[in-house]
Amino acid sequence: MRTRLFAILAALLLAAGAAVAQEPIRIGAFLAATGGAAFLGDPEQKTLELYVEKLNAAGGLMGRKLQLISYDSAGDAEKARTFVKRLIEQDKVDVIVGGSTTGETMAVVPLVEAAGVPFISLAGAVVIVEPVKKWVFKTPHTDRMACERIFLDMRARNIERIGLISGAGGFDKSMRGECLKVAPNHKIQIVADEAYGVRDTDMTAQLTKIKNTPGIQAVLNAGFGSEPAVVTKNYRQLAIGVPLYQSHGVASKEFIKLAGDAAEGVRLPAAALLVAETLPEADPQKKVVVGYSREYTTRFKSDISTFGGHAYDGLMLAAEAIRRAGSTNKEAVRSALESIKGYVGTGGVVNMSAQDHMGLDVSAFRMLEVTKGDWVLVK
Amino acid sequence: MDWRTPRTGGVALLAAVIVLLPLALANNYWYEVAILIGINAIVCVGLNLLIGYAGQISLGHAGFFGLGAYGSAILTARYGWPPVAALAATTAGVALVALLVGRPILKLKGHYLAMATLGMGIIISIVIVTEDRLTGGPDGMSVPAFTLFGLALAGERSWYWIIGAALLAAVWLALNLIESPAGRALRALHGAEVGAQVSGIDATRAKVGVFVISAVFASVAGSLTAHYSGFITPGKVGFFHSIELVTMVVFGGMASTFGAVIGAATLTLLPQLLTVLKEYEMVVFGAVMVATMVFLPRGFLPSLMFEIKKKRK
Amino acid sequence: MSAQLAQYLLSGLTIGAIYALVALGFAIIYNASHVINFAQGEFVMIGGMATVAFAGAGLPLALAIPAAVLGAVAVGLALEKFAVEPARGASVVTLIIITIGASILLRGLATLVWDKKLHALQPFSGDKPIELAGATILPQSLWVLGVTLGIVLLLAWFFGRTLTGKAMLATSHNPLAAQLCGINVRFVLLLSFGLSAALGAIAGILIAPITLTSWDVGVMLGLKGFAAAILGGLGSGAGAVVGGLALGIAESLGAGYLSSAYKDAIAFVILLAVLFFMPSGLFGKKSAERV
Repeated sequence: MRTRLFAILAALLLAAGAAVAQEPIRIGAFLAATGGAAFLGDPEQKTLELYVEKLNAAGGLMGRKLQLISYDSAGDAEKARTFVKRLIEQDKVDVIVGGSTTGETMAVVPLVEAAGVPFISLAGAVVIVEPVKKWVFKTPHTDRMACERIFLDMRARNIERIGLISGAGGFDKSMRGECLKVAPNHKIQIVADEAYGVRDTDMTAQLTKIKNTPGIQAVLNAGFGSEPAVVTKNYRQLAIGVPLYQSHGVASKEFIKLAGDAAEGVRLPAAALLVAETLPEADPQKKVVVGYSREYTTRFKSDISTFGGHAYDGLMLAAEAIRRAGSTNKEAVRSALESIKGYVGTGGVVNMSAQDHMGLDVSAFRMLEVTKGDWVLVK
Repeated sequence: MDWRTPRTGGVALLAAVIVLLPLALANNYWYEVAILIGINAIVCVGLNLLIGYAGQISLGHAGFFGLGAYGSAILTARYGWPPVAALAATTAGVALVALLVGRPILKLKGHYLAMATLGMGIIISIVIVTEDRLTGGPDGMSVPAFTLFGLALAGERSWYWIIGAALLAAVWLALNLIESPAGRALRALHGAEVGAQVSGIDATRAKVGVFVISAVFASVAGSLTAHYSGFITPGKVGFFHSIELVTMVVFGGMASTFGAVIGAATLTLLPQLLTVLKEYEMVVFGAVMVATMVFLPRGFLPSLMFEIKKKRK
Repeated sequence: MSAQLAQYLLSGLTIGAIYALVALGFAIIYNASHVINFAQGEFVMIGGMATVAFAGAGLPLALAIPAAVLGAVAVGLALEKFAVEPARGASVVTLIIITIGASILLRGLATLVWDKKLHALQPFSGDKPIELAGATILPQSLWVLGVTLGIVLLLAWFFGRTLTGKAMLATSHNPLAAQLCGINVRFVLLLSFGLSAALGAIAGILIAPITLTSWDVGVMLGLKGFAAAILGGLGSGAGAVVGGLALGIAESLGAGYLSSAYKDAIAFVILLAVLFFMPSGLFGKKSAERV
């Protein structure tokens, strides 16, 4: 009699357990798959889809399948908020990977902080993790690192006086601010400082002003999206002879395609992912970047970009954190994220901590130059 | 009391809908949609006075909405004003702007008026996007919560009731205005401006008056939105939102206050329901605009009422 | 002349020529039908995007361009037939909403037929900048200016010397009288839309190699082209051209000497100024209203 009861109870518990186990792990995403930041969001979207599929094919996480719920926020901060609300309230996701742009990310930070959902951002500005926020992490290198890496390269070429041109969005303004702040530390003087608007198609006026500033030895364009391509084209048109530097916001073949021949000779700091095949075998990132690069290009028949790489890192970090936490309990996943050290990603080697929610340092940035329409590592 | 007039029956019906709707709202996300509808409806009710009753046109009303939103946001977030004072000051400021801009603009007619309001709206949105130190630029800015006597009003549920009440107030005000002597003067203007002038109506004064009132409606809606969302972006200030608003008014039925509410509800819900067919959203929206104007030039509600009246006969 | 000023003038003339073409499109349709075609900018977009698509599919530029222009003309005719004609005699508000709705519809279709990305069109004769008075100009800019001049001359001949052109002018002055003279007003209307579409498409194709093209490039160009048309005097062809060039130069000088951040606002400030102080524009006629 008692064994029968026991058996029934055990069966019920098993069934309940199985029902819970069938619950998929919900990964929420909001990406700028269309709009001005599409060449960030589109590879991010594709990457997340590809690797959620791969993870599920390998058995999922802790025996549970992963479910990706993603929305196109089109680079718009307001849409991002609406979708994140939807992800949290309606779709009840366990973790959020997304926010292609700084503007979108910063707009949703109050929402994830209030709701207590781990959020891994794919955007650039340092303000996302500084001051550090409990639930917010990020995978891309910061704009401050970009400034520093660029200034290092400039000093190596004996460049001292530069012109700065930036756009109107959150990342642009943030990077401009960071560059102005750290320039003195590298003995760089910013003698011209111009700005353009969102989706502007003609920067010749601003560049003419920079060109006519005496003593200019290089120009730095702090921005991302379509505008840097136009800046680059205008740069070539105005025959401004000095070197042009871009930020890691253009680390995609789309930029080279749009800027055409004008992109030749442009330098930018970027993750090793873009030069995966030419990296030395001994490089710690070699295996991961070559693996991602080949899998992405085989599946989508298009070039990789660092943005897809950031999404890959974001997803893998989330997966690793869930594994370590042994559950999808949000607080457990969050602390697990903070404890990750030595993770080799496409962006670099990641060492998270309670004070550092990004985990990369300046050495994770390589300096690249566009040569014959392709990325080449600058020694 | 005659329950069949808009002022009593209609308002009562609207009140009933507002009170009973929460039963159908499953979670905070749907409350948000309802609030969004309410806000658009407030703007549309005001805009309808201008377009439907006074026969003018404005392709720049999102500009007033934006001024209201950013006015409240900047005063509370950057200068620490209490939200109620910020709301009052912003509304007064926008009314003044509408008064100053309205006089020269409303001397124009037809296409010229449309383009002038368009230009005004775009200039406002460009200024808001460019003055990023004050407004946060294209990525927007945070707005502190609305506080009344020290109590913070936050969350979808509280705001649902606030917006519901505001909408009822807006509808009631609009209906009263229409029935008043000023309202009759407006409608006379719409019919035949020169004739109305000959009858002694100061055309410019009446038109500017409605312009200011509709601007105030939009501004208050904007201020409330800013506090409710806790965040505003220039997205709602631009040309496209102005067009959306005009479409809502025209779709719902010009010269119909409740039509404006229905238009707002329909065209706010449409994108939400169409997120499945996301890529088709623009095509459907455009098609709706064209089809409505070609086949139902009176708008949805008046056409419906017309059909009902025909059946009654 | 300082090199900087020369640079601003050259850039301004280039974009001004594009505004002139768009403004001409507005003028022609307005003259024939008193409709302001808010979808004018979309013809510009279709011209550029279709050419990119045809070129991408392997067609040489010499074939892709006419194909794209024909496509735009087809869209223009369809617009007239299905959106404007059924609403003849409707109020101003109604017509405005119809053409705005049509423009949204066209943009939506563009994202479905093509995509939402930015596209580059290869320049017609290379992109090696040419030095001129201390400033640099792209060969493509010379194409823009040259083709625009050619079109203006062609249109002047068409409206002044051909029967069809004169019929269109007659319709714009007095449709009833024109009909009484045996002019097929419906045909004139169709023709005006087709012609405007062609103008818009050509403008889009000319400028795409310089400013890149995408599904929403028509919005601002359409609005600024309209501002140029009003500046020149709505309904006047010469006004459209002068207005366009003036607007382009004003924008460029304003961005260079006043504020590059407010460049886009310049067109609309000019628009408001014209509407407030000189509503009939530079070349327009004063209109009287019938009571």
